[in-house]
Amino acid sequence: MATFPPITPLSVEGLAFAVDGKQLLSEISFTLEAHRTALVLGPNGAGKSLLLRLCHGLLQPTAGRVSWQGAGADQASAHQAMVFQRPVMLRRSAAANIDYALSLRGVPARQRSSLTAEALERAGLSALAKRPARVLSGGEQQRLALARAWSVRPQVLFLDEPTASLDPAATRAVEELIGRIRADGTTIVMTTHDLGQARRLADEIIFLHRGRLVEKTAAADFFSNPQSQEARAFVAGELLW
Amino acid sequence: MNDFSDAFATALSLILNLDQDLAEIVLLSLRVSLTAVLVAAVIGLPLGAALALFRFPGRSAAIVIVNALMGLPPVVVGLVVYLLLSRSGPLGPLGLLFSPAAMIIAQAVLVTPIVAALTRQVVEDLWAEYEEQLRSLGATPARAIGTLLWDGRFSLVTAVLAGFGRASAEVGAVMIVGGNIAHVTRVMTTTIALEVSKGDLALALGLGIILIALSLAVNGAASLIRETARRYQGALA
Ligand SMILES: Nc1ncnc2c1ncn2[C@@H]1O[C@H](COP(=O)(O)OP(=O)(O)OP(=O)(O)O)[C@@H](O)[C@H]1O
Ligand SMILES: [Mg+2]
Repeated sequence: MATFPPITPLSVEGLAFAVDGKQLLSEISFTLEAHRTALVLGPNGAGKSLLLRLCHGLLQPTAGRVSWQGAGADQASAHQAMVFQRPVMLRRSAAANIDYALSLRGVPARQRSSLTAEALERAGLSALAKRPARVLSGGEQQRLALARAWSVRPQVLFLDEPTASLDPAATRAVEELIGRIRADGTTIVMTTHDLGQARRLADEIIFLHRGRLVEKTAAADFFSNPQSQEARAFVAGELLW
Repeated sequence: MNDFSDAFATALSLILNLDQDLAEIVLLSLRVSLTAVLVAAVIGLPLGAALALFRFPGRSAAIVIVNALMGLPPVVVGLVVYLLLSRSGPLGPLGLLFSPAAMIIAQAVLVTPIVAALTRQVVEDLWAEYEEQLRSLGATPARAIGTLLWDGRFSLVTAVLAGFGRASAEVGAVMIVGGNIAHVTRVMTTTIALEVSKGDLALALGLGIILIALSLAVNGAASLIRETARRYQGALA
């Protein structure tokens, strides 16, 4: 999996998305280089989840395009994974959820059990391996979703509020896990409402407001010296939808 | 009243002594209905799943038709299958009319829409929940169907049980295509109809008791499955 040619950079050009004539995202353009961690920030309803789903190829844009520029681009979808804002757990055990993801990526059965065990271990879920995934707590399900997405060793990982329902200790553990995934060279596109977390994890910030890209800047600049008025208000905790 | 209690006593003794005629009829009934349900499941499960997943022109019409077929009157099914299998019908050369095979075909026709319609509902609800996740994981359509059927297994078994309930209770279709021939095509429901009209209540009542017990068993199994699903999946599958 690690030897496959890179699918990055990711290029987004003039991206727009509308439902029933209602423009939800418009004129979004940016590029994301390999091995970067981009945090998509913005108030509720800004279009963060939509942007992630469009980039991941789950939604078709109504205008513009998402394209992968690397040598491995023709197999881009096989080298991405996503953790959804609301985790979707298959009706089987925690371990079987991970095993399933691995089997869809063509990992042979004899390698799957050790990869599954490793992913569960990293997410602190080893003791819950055999438990039906849907009876796990919200936070446990979120960690399992992350473990499942990571288990296939994606080049690009989309994380939609991966710590939204976690307690402080679990949040720290998941941030550490994300840090390690990043250190392995994974490109990460992630949303959060936790600005402290954004500071800790981000290389760059993609700031959305009302379906438009207001700023895309290096994380340090975004927090110390936001360019737009909306971003200044957002960082100060004063921007409402 | 005396007639009735006599008949009831005889009926019970027929059951308890495993009366040979009665056993033969019960076993044929089970063989016919179980085979029909098996056929209906093999066709109806993938058909229902495909209706749930694939968008094609005429899909809504197809769904309306399958739902409407759920309520098909058994005698009509019997008539149609009769016409198909009768000597001058298109399938006449197979020589199946008035055989258990003909009864299996008729019941399968009756039950397949039930299994397909219930499956479509279950799978469509599940797909609404799973679609983006499965696409994200890279599931092919064929793989997705398999996953949805497996994850919907508890509800789907209930759907198949509903089909079995309908098959084993129906009388019109098997009467027409089976002909109710002693030792060949006589099943519980057709025997009851015949024996009652002849005035022999004991055998009819014995079979009636078994039919009721069967229905209780099927519904008991369905409720056990729902309970298990709740316990192991946090919610009904
Ligand atoms: N299928 C849809 N039909 C209509 N409107 C939609 C649809 N999907 C999303 N929207 C709308 O698009 C906007 C952006 O949604 P999105 O889920 O991307 O927000 P978000 O930035 O992720 O918000 P949050 O921080 O609350 O998760 C919202 O106003 C939402 O109501
Ligand atoms: Mg969101």
